[in-house]
Amino acid sequence: MNKVKWKNICEAKDKRPEVQAYHNWKELPPIPISFPIKGSIGTTGDWRTFKPVLNRETCTKCGICWMYCPEGTIVRNEEGEFEVDYVYCKGCGICAKECPTKSIEMERESGE
Amino acid sequence: MIDSQDDFIQERETKIIKGNEAAAYAAKSARVQVISAYPITPQTTVVEKLSEFVDNGEMPGTEYIKVESEHSVMASIVGASTAGTRTFTATSGQGLFYMYEMVHWAAGARLPIVTTIASRGPAPPWNIWADFTDIISCRDTGWMISFAANHQEIYDDILMSYKICEDYDILLPKFVAYGGFTLSHTSKPVTIEDQEVVDNFLPPLPDEKGWPHIFLDPERPMMHGNLIMPSGFYNEFRLKIHHTMLMAKDKIKKVTKEFESTFGRHYGNGLIQEYRINDADVAIINYGELAMQMEQAVDDLREEGYKVGSVKLRYLRPFPVEDIINVARKVKILGVADRATAFGSPTGGPVSSEVKTALYNSSVSTQVLPIIMGLGGREVSLEQQKNQLKALIKLKETGELPRDMIDGTFWDGLLEVE
Repeated sequence: MNKVKWKNICEAKDKRPEVQAYHNWKELPPIPISFPIKGSIGTTGDWRTFKPVLNRETCTKCGICWMYCPEGTIVRNEEGEFEVDYVYCKGCGICAKECPTKSIEMERESGE
Repeated sequence: MIDSQDDFIQERETKIIKGNEAAAYAAKSARVQVISAYPITPQTTVVEKLSEFVDNGEMPGTEYIKVESEHSVMASIVGASTAGTRTFTATSGQGLFYMYEMVHWAAGARLPIVTTIASRGPAPPWNIWADFTDIISCRDTGWMISFAANHQEIYDDILMSYKICEDYDILLPKFVAYGGFTLSHTSKPVTIEDQEVVDNFLPPLPDEKGWPHIFLDPERPMMHGNLIMPSGFYNEFRLKIHHTMLMAKDKIKKVTKEFESTFGRHYGNGLIQEYRINDADVAIINYGELAMQMEQAVDDLREEGYKVGSVKLRYLRPFPVEDIINVARKVKILGVADRATAFGSPTGGPVSSEVKTALYNSSVSTQVLPIIMGLGGREVSLEQQKNQLKALIKLKETGELPRDMIDGTFWDGLLEVE
């Protein structure tokens, strides 16, 4: 049973199940694996102490923050502007450090 | 990698070669796709021979990776196997110990890697000669472990290993161990089988889809070897390795039978090979090359009228519990000869401890006599093995234990200098 299920996963990347439900050891595949789906480890925004806030007036839309973000939580919207996905942003501050125009400010989370 | 259009085809041929070369020829016959290696005595000539094959274009399509240490050997083999290739490497003693971290990784990732070990004694005192303590230190890694007792068996067992390991229900790595120098550097006739017959015997090489449970492909990204929190399925994944190992016993027996019908060479039931044991009063279990010499000792003593037999243990992991119980049922006293140590264990010998465990609660009351001999390459002569059998007979008839019984174990051949 497992064999068939795993073969399908290997053959078609689109057929991968988003959440795999296993109930006991007999159902498990030989090894644990995970697929790169959004938020597979939970809402990591909870980890944040400092929050990156973008100043749209000075931002030149160069995209360096978008490239450097290690978690892919900076997204480009339809107008070409960059936004931070605060549900998953861990607040590492790399975007603020790399921004050439200093348009990203790290603000302490208020805890509200 | 050499791009050769003309695939080199091996025809059936009997060659007089060293044990290490037999291992290299087996890897060639199995068409391994990735070899990663670092030399260490007494294994060096395995990978020397393989590099020669690759260089001569006799192994087209094989990638030979030179690395700086045994740790990197297994790390690169793990990577190559994860990508979906048939892989091979070889090491010995201290090299195996340096590889140890990645040895666990290979089993945990369920990669069907085959590795040969030309066993040598661990240091200090510095030693490079036959002693199985190195491979037995990998007993609990999740790798299957088998012993080859002669040159032909090295070749044959490596071929069988790929068929066992790559079964989709098994998917575990395997060691094939044989004595350093006693087999690795001595020469005997070995039949190298016809490539086409070997190709038909082995499962097809993995294609671009790789193994069914793991793959490396940018088009199909995935993460493996993930962290599992204590509340997650860690226990269950470990249980699966143990359960699979026990299920592999049937697979090993089946493959050994298939091997026999294809190539005509007999290896008992796969897990053990009994020799003249059915009407024997006493028998000794050996593993590795000393099991072959023991068969000669049995023959000699049978001519003198003694009812003796011997057993060649082929697998340490999975351990053939049921077969050992059956053997013990047939004899009155069962000797277990270890060319390895398990310090502080019930008997001091790793296999004799296993045998005793196997017999506990089995309703068999056969006396087990643990024997330790030949450590670090110390010669164990035919005469010595005959005397071991005679000591067992004496124990059966008079109840008198051998002279060198120390803490319940017969340490045979201790030096006494005048």
